Amino acid sequence: MTALLIIIVLVLVAIAIWQMTKIFELSQVKSEKSEVANDQDNKLNGYLMFGFLVFIYLLTIFSFWKWGDKVLGTPASAHGSEYDNLMFISFALIFFVQIITQALLHYFAFKYRGEKGKKALFYADNDKLEFIWTIIPVITLAGLILYGLYTWTNLMDIDEEEGDPIIIELYAQQFNWKARYAGEDNVLGGANVRLIEIDKNNVLGVDESDPYAKDDIISQTELHLPVGRKVIFKMRSQDVLHSAYMPHFRAQMNCVPGMITQFSFTPTITTQEMRADKGIQDKVQNINKLRADRRANGEDVDSWEFDYVLLCNKICGSSHYNMQMKIVVEEEEEFNAWLEAQQTFGEQMAAAQ
Amino acid sequence: MSATAVNAQAEDHAHDHGHHHKETFITKYIFSQDHKMISKQYLITGLIMGAIGIAMSLLFRMQLAWPGESFKVFEVLLGDWAPEGVMDPNIYLALVTIHGTIMVFFVLTAGLSGTFSNLLIPLQIGARDMASGFLNMVSYWLFFLSSIIMVISLFVEAGPAAAGWTIYPPLSALPQAQGGSGMGMTLWLVSMAIFIASSLLGSLNYIVTVLNLRTKGMTMTRLPLTIWAFFITAIIGVVSFPVLLSAALLLIMDRSFGTSFFLSDIFIQGEALHYQGGSPVLFEHLFWFLGHPEVYIVLLPALGITSEVIATNARKPIFGYRAMVASILAIAFLSTIVWGHHMFVSGMNPFLGSVFTFTTLLIAIPSAVKAFNYITTLWKGNLQMNPAMLFSIGLVSTFITGGLTGIILGDSALDINVHDTYFVVAHFHLVMGISALYGLFAGVYHWFPKMFGRMLNKNLGYAHFWITAICAYGVFFPMHFVGMAGVPRRYYTNTAFPMFDDLTDVQVVMTVFAIIAGFAQLLFVYNFVRSMFYGQKAPQNPWNSTTLEWTTPVEHMHGNWPGEIPHVHRWAYDYSKTREDGEYVIPGQDFVPQVVPLQENEEELNH
Repeated sequence: MTALLIIIVLVLVAIAIWQMTKIFELSQVKSEKSEVANDQDNKLNGYLMFGFLVFIYLLTIFSFWKWGDKVLGTPASAHGSEYDNLMFISFALIFFVQIITQALLHYFAFKYRGEKGKKALFYADNDKLEFIWTIIPVITLAGLILYGLYTWTNLMDIDEEEGDPIIIELYAQQFNWKARYAGEDNVLGGANVRLIEIDKNNVLGVDESDPYAKDDIISQTELHLPVGRKVIFKMRSQDVLHSAYMPHFRAQMNCVPGMITQFSFTPTITTQEMRADKGIQDKVQNINKLRADRRANGEDVDSWEFDYVLLCNKICGSSHYNMQMKIVVEEEEEFNAWLEAQQTFGEQMAAAQ
Repeated sequence: MSATAVNAQAEDHAHDHGHHHKETFITKYIFSQDHKMISKQYLITGLIMGAIGIAMSLLFRMQLAWPGESFKVFEVLLGDWAPEGVMDPNIYLALVTIHGTIMVFFVLTAGLSGTFSNLLIPLQIGARDMASGFLNMVSYWLFFLSSIIMVISLFVEAGPAAAGWTIYPPLSALPQAQGGSGMGMTLWLVSMAIFIASSLLGSLNYIVTVLNLRTKGMTMTRLPLTIWAFFITAIIGVVSFPVLLSAALLLIMDRSFGTSFFLSDIFIQGEALHYQGGSPVLFEHLFWFLGHPEVYIVLLPALGITSEVIATNARKPIFGYRAMVASILAIAFLSTIVWGHHMFVSGMNPFLGSVFTFTTLLIAIPSAVKAFNYITTLWKGNLQMNPAMLFSIGLVSTFITGGLTGIILGDSALDINVHDTYFVVAHFHLVMGISALYGLFAGVYHWFPKMFGRMLNKNLGYAHFWITAICAYGVFFPMHFVGMAGVPRRYYTNTAFPMFDDLTDVQVVMTVFAIIAGFAQLLFVYNFVRSMFYGQKAPQNPWNSTTLEWTTPVEHMHGNWPGEIPHVHRWAYDYSKTREDGEYVIPGQDFVPQVVPLQENEEELNH
């Protein structure tokens, strides 16, 4: 009942306000003010357009000054420097075009702001100009396309025969990564999600009857990689799409249930070496300062030591934001020693009997 | 080319317009078949959906800037999804998903193209109404229905759809994978299926109308660029939307009838499911076959509106009319063969990646031509800085800034490391989100007098533009750096990775700008509602424009023109055209409406 009363009162108040504004409107003497831009508006907004150009430039400079060093630094893979090089060329081109075109756009908006009685130039067409600014993008883009495709083809042409690659399976599940090393024979045993037996701790569904599987080694917590040796990743997912993203290595590939995808790179810098990298040291120092401040405010955060990481980069559910695995790049001997210390799949199954 | 086929029929139609049939409230305001009313319905529905979409973005931006913090507003708006005011990860994903869906489809497809195609196609080509007023009405009401279902889906118990606006299966197919993939996703799919039907009815109507109902003299090469843009947009829609419908139907079957189109080898929650042989990559192909053209379905109408607004307010013809039309055609064609650039690292054959890189970088060429032509149109103009003009210039600016980073994302090699990071988010928000929104605003400011017979307040318009323009860059420019640092999108919080700790301040900056921008839109809402009732009465042709819609009376009438439909004698861009002696073609007036015949000694330029 009260609710109804309140609604009625509100409606009446609304009607009263509406009527009052109506009366107010009628009592106003019709002003001469026009809602079409006049010379004063043109001038003001013309100047603001110029100001906006300055704003865009300043924002760019500020962003570079403030956040320019926050972007990914030294690449840690063999193809990384080529990738970064292509990125640099593209960015140089982009900034060149951006600076010029924004300047023209906003400067013209400022320079040719309207004035009463000024005559605009009737200029409808110019085939030569059109040709020039069609052909310039064509040529530049052709260059970029060729360079890009060259890089892409090199990267994606994954040859298991060439070099001495180590084969590793990356296995994704909500919200975890696991890694399976192919072992001594360097061949991964067959696997299918229908073979998963949680009781026996065969969480990857590796085929027990496959002789290649016996020497496979499964790591649940860390991904170890030997420096300087080509790694071929075979990706699988057991539930939804995930994406294996290793930003420091300029590497990414989706993990798709029902198929095996692959990506390959050669790590070139060990975790230890990377921790000594100038950029990384600055970053770690800066972050640890931030974290110390937070600790002082009573938050429970540890100080941080740099590690490579594998992230999930395809939306996969509620804990998508925390699906990660530490990557350790180390010298071949250390790697072998680590691998040696792990249980093989065969041993693991025997133990579970 | 002279395509003036229509006139016998159009004139017949004109005769029975002398006597008016009585209209009731319902036929006039609700189930109206009049294109002008339908366009207003589209606009207002789109704006309401836009308010919902923008409000959602503010909520999740607050979570990103101050992760895990408790906010009263979360508690009030999200209820159980924000226990003690702290946002739940599931609702974060749902907000992101529905924000994307609403903004892309409900605001920028229906709200932009639906509004202005409906308003302008008949008015600018000189037709009494759409080819089928009835289908047009059905189209709007299907859109309305789909909006209602989408809004209802926000209230289901297990949460709304939360698999991202691209709803990739298996995440979207399995309720075990995510709460939002239950009833929420079902409603999402139903809503989108209806939306697609609506869009198709609308598009077919636009195509038929443009082809058949042009007035005498309105050849295709005399069409204003708005109409070209709407026409081509409609064609892209007809080509690509049905493919999304098929994807949605197959997904519905996988979800409800046990088929395996997109699913295979799945082990979830302790059991292996029966699905065998499907491929999620197939879904990605089907989705992006619409998804990418969708970008241009959103953008082309905005560019069309901008062309018209810039030419009118620069008091100059649009530079390179034929090149503009050719660019629209080229963009439309290329847009249907570039979808694979969303899938470079999806597991698709890398050779296909090369092909899509090639086609994708090609699309930069017509886009560049358009940008250069806009800039040249400003050169030596007499720029009238009306709010619509400001938004149009703003559009060109964000179109360039956002478009340029497309060169990086379209390159398969470079995409590897920025794929699905904030770099992508920054790119597409600038090039398609903000640009298309500016197009929408430009259209509203420019044609508000035509829609409501009143003017919008210009000073509020200026404030609206400048605040929005600064904030849009403030949000999305720094975002590129976040992406370059390797931060993935759709993360509920970045605190799980200490390496992203040094980016917290960027997040705060972006969120503050976003909140200011969000509230600045209230200026527009106030201006819109107030001017609708109390705005200054509009003159017939407030912007001194040449096109046909400004020859109709201010008061709306069924059939648009009281007498005969005017004939067209020239193209739409005779601004500041002079005779040999330097005087304007019509002395003292810097524009020549399309209905004015060629004057003595005047040459029709070969544009």
